[in-house]
Amino acid sequence: MKLDVKRIHTGNAKWSLLFTVLLLGLPLIFSTNNYLLSTLIMVGFYTIVSTGLTLLMGYAGQISLGQAAFYGIGAYTSAYLTAHAGVSSWLAMAAGAAIAAMVALIVGIPAFRLREHYLALATLGFGIIVFTFFKEWKGITGGLNGFFGIPPIQLFGFPLQTDFQFYYLVWIFALIGVLFARNIVRSRVGRALLSIHGSEIAANSLGVNITKYKLQIFMISAVYASVAGSLYAHYVTFINPDLFGIVPSIYFLIMVVIGGTGNVWGGLIGAAVYVCLGELLKEMVPMFIPNAGGEFEIVFFGLLLVIILIYMPNGLSHSLSKVLKRVSSTSRHRKEPILVAENENAGSVGGEH
Amino acid sequence: MKKSVLLEIEQLSKSFGGVHAVQNVSFCVRDQEIVAIIGPNGAGKTTLFNIVTGILPPTSGSVLFKGMPVTGKKPYQLAALGITRTFQNLQVFTNMTVIENVMVGMHTRLKTGIFSAGFRLPQVFKEEKQALKQAMACLEQVGIAHLAFEKADILPYGTQRLVEIARAAASQPSLILLDEPMAGLNPQESKKLVDVLLAMRNNGMTFLFVEHDMETVMAIADRVIVLDYGKKIAEGCPEEITQHPDVIKAYLGEEEGASC
Ligand SMILES: Nc1ncnc2c1ncn2[C@@H]1O[C@H](COP(=O)(O)OP(=O)(O)OP(=O)(O)O)[C@@H](O)[C@H]1O
Ligand SMILES: [Mg+2]
Repeated sequence: MKLDVKRIHTGNAKWSLLFTVLLLGLPLIFSTNNYLLSTLIMVGFYTIVSTGLTLLMGYAGQISLGQAAFYGIGAYTSAYLTAHAGVSSWLAMAAGAAIAAMVALIVGIPAFRLREHYLALATLGFGIIVFTFFKEWKGITGGLNGFFGIPPIQLFGFPLQTDFQFYYLVWIFALIGVLFARNIVRSRVGRALLSIHGSEIAANSLGVNITKYKLQIFMISAVYASVAGSLYAHYVTFINPDLFGIVPSIYFLIMVVIGGTGNVWGGLIGAAVYVCLGELLKEMVPMFIPNAGGEFEIVFFGLLLVIILIYMPNGLSHSLSKVLKRVSSTSRHRKEPILVAENENAGSVGGEH
Repeated sequence: MKKSVLLEIEQLSKSFGGVHAVQNVSFCVRDQEIVAIIGPNGAGKTTLFNIVTGILPPTSGSVLFKGMPVTGKKPYQLAALGITRTFQNLQVFTNMTVIENVMVGMHTRLKTGIFSAGFRLPQVFKEEKQALKQAMACLEQVGIAHLAFEKADILPYGTQRLVEIARAAASQPSLILLDEPMAGLNPQESKKLVDVLLAMRNNGMTFLFVEHDMETVMAIADRVIVLDYGKKIAEGCPEEITQHPDVIKAYLGEEEGASC
């Protein structure tokens, strides 16, 4: 048996590459379809946030219910610094990321001192506090009226304003985010995170500094969210506190669960499913219930969350990667009949695909 | 020739409320020794392990490792100093493959941090390759290299024990604490494990282990320490221990208690 680092990781580079090429080629074909592009741009923002959250939840096993607050910190920092302080958009983005990381550290230190699910509670409270800040700190955020006139992001002196341009900007960020996450996962650090999820006491006894890794990955997830928020602010040019409250935080959580927590592509899949279903709901619901408002959405996604947790606890990415593996293995000679059998058994649990 | 003292336990006590789980226990473990701790259920063996590995703070007393006081150090710090352990109730990482379990065991020997990992700097790839090779060697040592790429949760109980032992040995610590390593193993498996432990010892490893299976204790222990109700009631070579009146009483007493 040949010893190859690639054997540890079950991911399939071929499919990832194919997908990346498709993603980057898409606007060339549909360059005039603004609806499609703007929808996919939204998927891009959410992908960045939920990829960071996947690292935290899926790998380290820690739950954050306040991710939208970091998203908001990025958005408002970029908005304020570029609109009122004349700072370059990239510098503002970096400042937002730094603030988000610092805030994560401050929230994380006491939260991780406590046990298991206290991060969920702590971040929930933190999310509410930050939301209140956005609402009340009118001098900077514009309060409930919102923040208007965020300038476009500049690249080498050119403003990126069209959907076509922004598509590439956001997806390059998103793909780098996925790649960065994948690299972390496939290393000593990724194993340390997984070990914390597996058994804290064993991880600790083997030399893994649990608190350090939890804090680090929480900070990283905050930076992901903040960067996405910065990009988002420049894209929509108008933001208000409601975009960064508790409900969006819960949606980020739902995206991660839908996508699956055991795969770095899970965040992207969850974000895509969330946005597509959301668009579909917007079309369909008024047809059946004319007066339904936004509450319908949260009920729907709440139900979906429960269903996924029961029937597909590993999320869509898990089922999908099995399908892809099966497709690949029909054309290739398999060396591990036992493993294939195992996969097929497990696959029947969530056999949606 | 007397080997140097590796682990020294001095007047260690631990109480949980009114339960005195460990009371004034002192003993030492020398380099390349295999020391067994035996005693009836609830005697305080696991509690003693938890104190030595930093999981629980002692109520009083101290632990010295290589002559250095280590009481109050965190488990991960002790692992870096060279003490690792296995668990009575298995703590295999079921969310990983066997080889990844062992590679976590090498954590203290590797260097990659979150940024060098994220940007996948060239040295990360080199480190991964080396780690994989070493982890494979650890698995070979316990005879389960062929299961390296299986998910750990599908393995039978006995094999998971071997994974834990390979994982604990992966960082090449000076001392490994094994909490009932033979529990749940069938006779062939435990015979194999005995061979593995003896071979590891010959390679310079030191073991402190808790075991109920007296046959194993007789086979591999250089010295036996007997705990009963948290107190050390005897210490000596295996032959002495089986003759020791207090030990016989403790064990018979337990059997009488069990029968009513
Ligand atoms: N965390 C704890 N809190 C309270 N009491 C505890 C705790 N851990 C152990 N004990 C008590 O301390 C005593 C010693 O327990 P310990 O687990 O160390 O025994 P043991 O010798 O390992 O037993 P066994 O052979 O069953 O594994 C028992 O009475 C147990 O109930
Ligand atoms: Mg015990």
